[in-house]
Amino acid sequence: MEFRSQRLDNGLEIVAECNDAAHSMSTGFFVRTGARDETDQLAGVSHFLEHMAFKGTPRRSADDVNREFDELGAHYNAFTSEENTVYYAAVLPEYQEPCIDLLADIMRPSLRVEDFEMEKKVILEEIQMYADQPPFGMDDKIKELHFGNHPLARSVLGTEESVGALSADQMLDYFETHYSPANMFIAAAGRVDFDALVKQVEGLCGSWAPQTTSRDVPGSNSHTDFHLVHRSSATQQYVLQLADAPASESADRYAAKLLATMFGDDSGSRLYWEFVDPGLTESASLGHYEYLGAGMFFSWISCEPVAAPEIFTRLVALQEIAELDGFSEQELGQAQSKVKARVVLGSERPRNRLFNVGGNWMQRREYRSVADDVATVDRVTLADVHRVLAEYPLTRHTTVTVGPRQQWPGSA
Amino acid sequence: MANPFRKIAMTSASQVQLRDAQIHQLANGMVLVGEPTDAVQSAALSLLVPCGYSTDPAGRLGLTSLLCDMIVRGAGTRDSRALINDLENLGVERGESVGVSQTSFSAATLASNLAEALAIYADIVQRPELPPDQLDAGKLVCLQELRGVADEPSQKLMVALRQRTYSDPWGRSSNGTEAGVESSSAEDVTTHWSGHYRPNGTILGVAGNFDWQRVVDQVETLFADWQPVEVPPPIETPPVAGETHTAFEGNQCHIGLAFPSVPYRDPAYLRAWAAVGVLSGGMSSRLFTEVREKRGLCYTVSASLQTQRDRARVLCYAGTSAERAQETLDVTFSEIVRLGAGVENDELDRLKARIKSGLIMQQESTSARSASIARDWYHLGRIRPLEEVGGLVDSLSADDINDYLTAHPPDDFTFATLGPQPLELPRGVS
Repeated sequence: MEFRSQRLDNGLEIVAECNDAAHSMSTGFFVRTGARDETDQLAGVSHFLEHMAFKGTPRRSADDVNREFDELGAHYNAFTSEENTVYYAAVLPEYQEPCIDLLADIMRPSLRVEDFEMEKKVILEEIQMYADQPPFGMDDKIKELHFGNHPLARSVLGTEESVGALSADQMLDYFETHYSPANMFIAAAGRVDFDALVKQVEGLCGSWAPQTTSRDVPGSNSHTDFHLVHRSSATQQYVLQLADAPASESADRYAAKLLATMFGDDSGSRLYWEFVDPGLTESASLGHYEYLGAGMFFSWISCEPVAAPEIFTRLVALQEIAELDGFSEQELGQAQSKVKARVVLGSERPRNRLFNVGGNWMQRREYRSVADDVATVDRVTLADVHRVLAEYPLTRHTTVTVGPRQQWPGSA
Repeated sequence: MANPFRKIAMTSASQVQLRDAQIHQLANGMVLVGEPTDAVQSAALSLLVPCGYSTDPAGRLGLTSLLCDMIVRGAGTRDSRALINDLENLGVERGESVGVSQTSFSAATLASNLAEALAIYADIVQRPELPPDQLDAGKLVCLQELRGVADEPSQKLMVALRQRTYSDPWGRSSNGTEAGVESSSAEDVTTHWSGHYRPNGTILGVAGNFDWQRVVDQVETLFADWQPVEVPPPIETPPVAGETHTAFEGNQCHIGLAFPSVPYRDPAYLRAWAAVGVLSGGMSSRLFTEVREKRGLCYTVSASLQTQRDRARVLCYAGTSAERAQETLDVTFSEIVRLGAGVENDELDRLKARIKSGLIMQQESTSARSASIARDWYHLGRIRPLEEVGGLVDSLSADDINDYLTAHPPDDFTFATLGPQPLELPRGVS
């Protein structure tokens, strides 16, 4: 296992964890752009642009792109988040070259107007699909309430209105400033021929002109709030909650992850024993999500509407107890065992390592091996966890609940 | 434009590596299959017990799922909490699920913890506590899951589609019904366990970094005393006709379509599966191209071959906004019918490349391998090495698939729709 990196003159970086023992290789373009880099008028453009990358280039039609990925037997896809857009593929090592040729090509898409209008219909379908599924769009709503006018409050999908009103020219402008070589990098993991990779990328991407791109990274100036949304057609009541948490630059992110595991992992956590094991809720969990400049603890509960207010009161009581009395060594040890096993199990697939290598480079321009992660998890102490909890109390939160309930005790 | 790399796909240098699958049968009928490798640090097990939702007694639909929840609430010397905590301290990534014919227990962890995890699973299936004082909790868990499905329109639709296409008990929902769960007693749970959790028909697959002989010895020690039980096959009854359309408030309409196919152990399976791969598999497949890429009708459209041991169906799904649902149904259906006219060589070449890389990448996951070898034993009564599958795929021709499609064109369709309004179905189908 060897980490290698290289920077082209135009600022495009190439990073790879090379493992000669792997059966496959995974690679992808990681672009530092997402919902947080949009304006109200452009809401949803990053995600729409991600779709458009597959709709053809000067060298390839949309059919060619799909067909060639399939001819390589590639397992490929793309996703857009609040701050990244990632295009990736897992292939057998002998297809490294054609795979990079294809990925690099779609990073310079044609953005043809007729394709733009056709794909807009698909995006609008995607927005409608999510609107019909739990939590019925409330994941966007709660970010708005909690983060206010902070860039992280922006919706990845955008709205039917914002996407409907987007023009191909607006997308082209956005593309030109945000897909600059210095604002993206290539990551790879598995059986990678790094020298060949660098040479090929130089040939394909070396002429891409750099642009100046900037991003605001304000600290979080969050709010607390409670919001009830009535949805008569739902069966369950859903409770979503956001609290501040360590950001991706923070060394405390490991303690935050262990805290979330002890308090709200899917199995064996405090929320599990309190709510899931006795069948009081369908699910109850806490996760830690990290972004540049801010992080979030995200709680999720789904349960019977009639029980929801009582469950919510008990959730807050559990948070208060954790803040007051902390956690035990036994709980920490169990969480550490779980997290370490997940790290090791996940590392056996190059496509998992790709996201780890790419994620670390994206957030911190650092490389961390599996052994580094395991060692860091081991070093976290209860004192670290308690300090994080004091600094980022779970009880300081924004809550949105959606479901058949029309009223909520104690709320206007 | 032509793809300069097109030819490479057919001469891939990577080969699936020969890994020796090992088989050991216990006197009580339980079968252990293993695939050791020292290329990884992990080990995974997949324990298939012959108790699926098809064994739910009439009037107790959901009992197998309830048992699956209750079975991890303490076993051997461990109570409910100790059992979960001990598995977690071993770093076990676990999952339990109920399928049509089996309850599956899967667990993956660091190789050094395999033996301890295995001992806990031996307790779970043979010596569960099934604590009556936790029965209400177990029922509530099952009822919560039923309610959760009610909020997921696509899942709800597929439950309805399976019920309409399969004879009972093969088309049931694993969650059962509210009435079935609520009427199950502690005695029902215990009786269901003692009648269906049995070594004859149980398959344990193990893959990863372990010593085969040591696992054989341990499995003999842990499971040799488990007593076989003979179970009569379920009584089959035709599908309930029911309404094609389910009213559902929302923006989108959900469309399901099924037609018969052949099961995994049928010699024609690979040809049938490849035909479905041309229809849906990869973004250049026909459904994705015609329904989404060319017409922008929907975000999700797919088809897959779902196999049980003795029967199989191709299940198709599309979700789209209500006003475009009719066109989505018409285009999807015409593509499925067109499949009967045959597939092209280049479509097959792409599919082969995908299958081959999938086979090779499967070796990178011990969980995937343990599940795959256990499944092979269940369907085929042997382990088919990946190398052999690779060979079969290489030798597959478009003519083979087209012969199959000529003899078995997509036909005998079942539809289900869910959304704000019903759709007009193609003529002659229901």
